[in-house]
Amino acid sequence: MNLVDVLLSALDSLRANVLRTVLTTLGIIIGVAAVIAMVAVGAGAEQRVQAVIQSLGSNILIVLNGTSVSGGVRGGSGSVISLTEDDARALAAEIPSVRYAAPAVRGTGQLIYGNVNWFTSIQGVTDDYLIARDWVIGEGRSFTRAEERAAAKVAVIGRTVAERLFGGVPPLGQTLRVRRVPFTVIGITREKGQTPFGSDQDDVVFIPLSTAKKRVLGGDRVRGDYVGSITVKVLGPEQVAQTEKEVLEVLRRRHRIRDGKPDDFFVRNVAQILEARAQSERVMGLLLAAVAGVSLIVGGIGIMNIMLVSVTERTREIGLRMAVGAQGRDILVQFVIESVALSVMGGLIGVVLGVGGSLAVAHFAEWPLILSPGAIAMAMGFSAAVGVFFGYYPALKASRLDPIEALRHE
Amino acid sequence: MAAPIVRTRGLCRDYQVGGHLVHALAGLDVTIDRGDFVAIMGPSGSGKSTCMHLLGCLDTPTGGQYELDGDDVSRLSRDDLARTRNRKIGFVFQTFNLLPRATAQRNVELPLVYGAVPRAERRDKAAAALDSVGLAERAHHLPTQLSGGQMQRVAIARAIVNDPVMLLADEPTGALDTRTGFEIMALFQDLNDRGITVILVTHESEIAAFARRILGFRDGRLVEDAAVTDRLSAADILSGKVAPP
Ligand SMILES: Nc1ncnc2c1ncn2[C@@H]1O[C@H](COP(=O)(O)OP(=O)(O)O)[C@@H](O)[C@H]1O
Ligand SMILES: [Mg+2]
Repeated sequence: MNLVDVLLSALDSLRANVLRTVLTTLGIIIGVAAVIAMVAVGAGAEQRVQAVIQSLGSNILIVLNGTSVSGGVRGGSGSVISLTEDDARALAAEIPSVRYAAPAVRGTGQLIYGNVNWFTSIQGVTDDYLIARDWVIGEGRSFTRAEERAAAKVAVIGRTVAERLFGGVPPLGQTLRVRRVPFTVIGITREKGQTPFGSDQDDVVFIPLSTAKKRVLGGDRVRGDYVGSITVKVLGPEQVAQTEKEVLEVLRRRHRIRDGKPDDFFVRNVAQILEARAQSERVMGLLLAAVAGVSLIVGGIGIMNIMLVSVTERTREIGLRMAVGAQGRDILVQFVIESVALSVMGGLIGVVLGVGGSLAVAHFAEWPLILSPGAIAMAMGFSAAVGVFFGYYPALKASRLDPIEALRHE
Repeated sequence: MAAPIVRTRGLCRDYQVGGHLVHALAGLDVTIDRGDFVAIMGPSGSGKSTCMHLLGCLDTPTGGQYELDGDDVSRLSRDDLARTRNRKIGFVFQTFNLLPRATAQRNVELPLVYGAVPRAERRDKAAAALDSVGLAERAHHLPTQLSGGQMQRVAIARAIVNDPVMLLADEPTGALDTRTGFEIMALFQDLNDRGITVILVTHESEIAAFARRILGFRDGRLVEDAAVTDRLSAADILSGKVAPP
């Protein structure tokens, strides 16, 4: 008996009882839909972690100025300016796992080129900072040490600024005004896109830290040796947690904070925050996996049950098939295929529901989901396996029927 | 002279029922030649069906020997019995046993499906078999769209589609009215005239009168073996040439 014949007769018998077929496959439908949602959620969470790490730079700790507590009123981040360029140098020198400790200041202001105005983020940084935050120079170059020392009026601009301010003009070598101070454009960074929180990272102009403090942002709250933040780039991902502790120690010592007193700065370990979130999404994924597993088993038992009913109902048919020459193996294959057809059909419906559901969740809950063909193939594989596993026993029972008894069956 | 279709020596079938042995068939010695038309008769429980099951290779004997078409088939495995049924035997049942969701054509093709006959050849052979039972134009009807007589014709077409060496029919007219029963017997006689060996079980003597030879059973033993002297033609009765018995 060839496969086409078996498939045709399997579909025949499923068609004969559409409602029963659909009800039977309900467990499989839910199981497969859950498998698909599970993989989509997991992949989405993973992708978001990757996206955030990519936009902020990998293996970094961001040290920010702390909060003051005065008269019971807690100020926001940076209400106490405590970080200095010396702190940055000390971190780089004293902690072996620190590759760069890049101080930076930031502000906002108007850029002018010709008669075009553009309001943007101004960052006073060093070349180290650009490397630490994974900024790549797309055209031109970054700052030299000499320019940093001399507070040169040179600027590296983000993609968005390049487009909005310069229109079609090639920006390199052009002069733009940053808060009315003229700067020469020496580089353009490669596009980074939006942050996962929706702001445009390429809407930025970088100028040397020294220049920013002396000529552009000098009037702001960050004066003298003080800086707004220190980006610490760690050698490897497994050293981030230990380095965080050492950064705390070094800064507390340098800021002469006695035991028991709060820090006047704080350290943001981006990877850790994200990891915690990814973890909760993984728990969600596990929950879905449990639902999927239970549903597939329940679905499988449903299929086994209905196949046993089917074998009983069709005992005479089995006897007849045996009488005209079907061997045990033919009957076994026929019923296993029928069971697989049943479960795979449930699987297909489950895939449709799973994909639809995932898209709906992604759309309404803005939960990132990634549908992968691999997950769909895996779900279909699971449902086929369930069909084989739970269909085997009823099929074996059918194949072992005695033809005479079977033909006599009422 | 070719080997007989059926030759049995001391063929037995015992059943163990609640601690004691029932001799459903207690030593059958019989020879049936190619082209014969045998009616098996006897009271209920006399072993007719048991005999048919053994002759049809649906069952294995508990004793004795059975040669079918020159081959000893008394000790075959389940799979070999299935193969033998597929190649050599056509069954016709009292209740037709057609697959309800398959057309006449596909019902007739079933033995060929298990004989691994290619699709095109299958279609042609099934069409020819349906034609020879006079149902060529009903090929695409479902069993529910056919009368009892037509369903039995489809079953007979299924039984002959594989060119078996013999047809076995257990009370083939039992579920049909008298006239339709005669029509089916006319078909069996026609097939027999074309050289097919037919063995059927019946408890009606007027049906047995269409056979060439009658075997009588009682208590699992063969008690009568007689040639039919005044054999009737079912076709003649149907056309009114001869009065019904
Ligand atoms: N599967 C079985 N188990 C036990 N006894 C059986 C079985 N099949 C048949 N018999 C017994 O064998 C005897 C012959 O039965 P059977 O061949 O069916 O008779 P018939 O067809 O002539 O009516 C009966 O006594 C019956 O009860
Ligand atoms: Mg009987």
